[in-house]
Amino acid sequence: MKIEADTTVCIGAGMCALTVPEVFDQNEEDGIVVLLQSEPPAEMEEAVRRAVKLCPSGALKAV
Amino acid sequence: MSDLTLTTERERPFDPPDTYAELRERGPVHRMRYADGHEGWLVTGYAAARTVLDDPRFSNRPELSHPPFAARARLAEEVRRERFAVPPGFFLRTDPPEHTRYRRLLAGQFTVRRMKQLEARILEITEERLDLMEAAGRPADLVDAFALPIPSLVICELLGVPYEERAAFQEDTKIMVSLGVEAEEALAAIGRVLTYLQGLIGRKREHPADDLLSGLITGGELTGDELTGVAFLLLIAGHETTANMLGLGTYALLADPAQLAALREDPSLIDNAVEELLRHLSIVHVGPVRSALEDVEIEGHLIRKGEAVTLHLPVINRDLSRFPGGDRLDITRPASGHLAFGHGVHQCLGQQLARSEMRVGFASLLRRLPGLRLAVPADEVPLRTDMAIYGVHRLPVTW
Repeated sequence: MKIEADTTVCIGAGMCALTVPEVFDQNEEDGIVVLLQSEPPAEMEEAVRRAVKLCPSGALKAV
Repeated sequence: MSDLTLTTERERPFDPPDTYAELRERGPVHRMRYADGHEGWLVTGYAAARTVLDDPRFSNRPELSHPPFAARARLAEEVRRERFAVPPGFFLRTDPPEHTRYRRLLAGQFTVRRMKQLEARILEITEERLDLMEAAGRPADLVDAFALPIPSLVICELLGVPYEERAAFQEDTKIMVSLGVEAEEALAAIGRVLTYLQGLIGRKREHPADDLLSGLITGGELTGDELTGVAFLLLIAGHETTANMLGLGTYALLADPAQLAALREDPSLIDNAVEELLRHLSIVHVGPVRSALEDVEIEGHLIRKGEAVTLHLPVINRDLSRFPGGDRLDITRPASGHLAFGHGVHQCLGQQLARSEMRVGFASLLRRLPGLRLAVPADEVPLRTDMAIYGVHRLPVTW
């Protein structure tokens, strides 16, 4: 699994960082998503998919 | 055209009015006549609600809106006729790209990490309130002693609003969300709080401190009017939301001994309990409201340009196709994905703060007061059916 984050769309709601803090963080300045790892390990895939669905702005994509 | 009149009166304190739950069974999207005669729509289905909130063809600009409540008709009319302008920094009622600029300036202040760091301070504030409540003795009004002061102290500290000046805005905030007041009274209350905040921002310009408003002032990106609007939005949103979740949430737990016992037995359920209480109680009676900027089809219904769409969040968050058994409170269910904070670009800016306040608030309350119970019969708790945000006016408790 590979994660893509569109930082032009992100509104910094933090749902991804709340759901999988091992994979997603937020920039301290503007709250925008920071990918800590773009290819999360298999055991995190389910949580990452949940985070993608929870994202309110549609900024995340799992490919 | 359904002459469905929106009501906030409920048959049971924790369930949305039966009319809308029955309506949801008939489909996700319904025609509805608004308080000003406008023929628009009401959404009761989860998937349809997410679609509307995701779609930039639905606007949140106040001058395009129609009032779903009779109580808000006059106020909406004032806005439409441009006799009253929503302050420029009140960015909740703007669309992208204007909205994006404000959101980017503020989102860094409300990140998950920052809010988790704030939890130690929230805990101190919470413990102080519980000390004061215990010292004053039984019974106590949990709203007055706990549910309102905690979020109020936290948001005041965060923004840099002196808590001892709260008399200048707490009563007016109540008037603003009251459904029973005349438009003139609500507008006067808004005016008084804006004037207070203008003065406060002036003082901060002279003497900046280590707080959010001072940071925005010295950042220099916002005009004075924008600063006032932003401060107004954050102050009100920080008061009338978490306070009601703490009050109504405690009432819901005390009224459901099995759920209360489950949370007491396993405090690690707190994160999920918070999500489930948010979902199950959905304290915004009705809304948000959006307006179509062009023709849009939603689940087979053609929403015409200019038509208003109202989302009924309490009913939407119990859509049984999304939350099986959703009419029951169950603090162990997967509750995330609820729309209590909204969805789309306007999803609540302060949601991570609200989560931290509730996590700490509920957990401390149950830990400190193992014998906590209602001090009046459950059906005598006064309910906020007369306010735009649901909750309890008072919650008499003993322990």
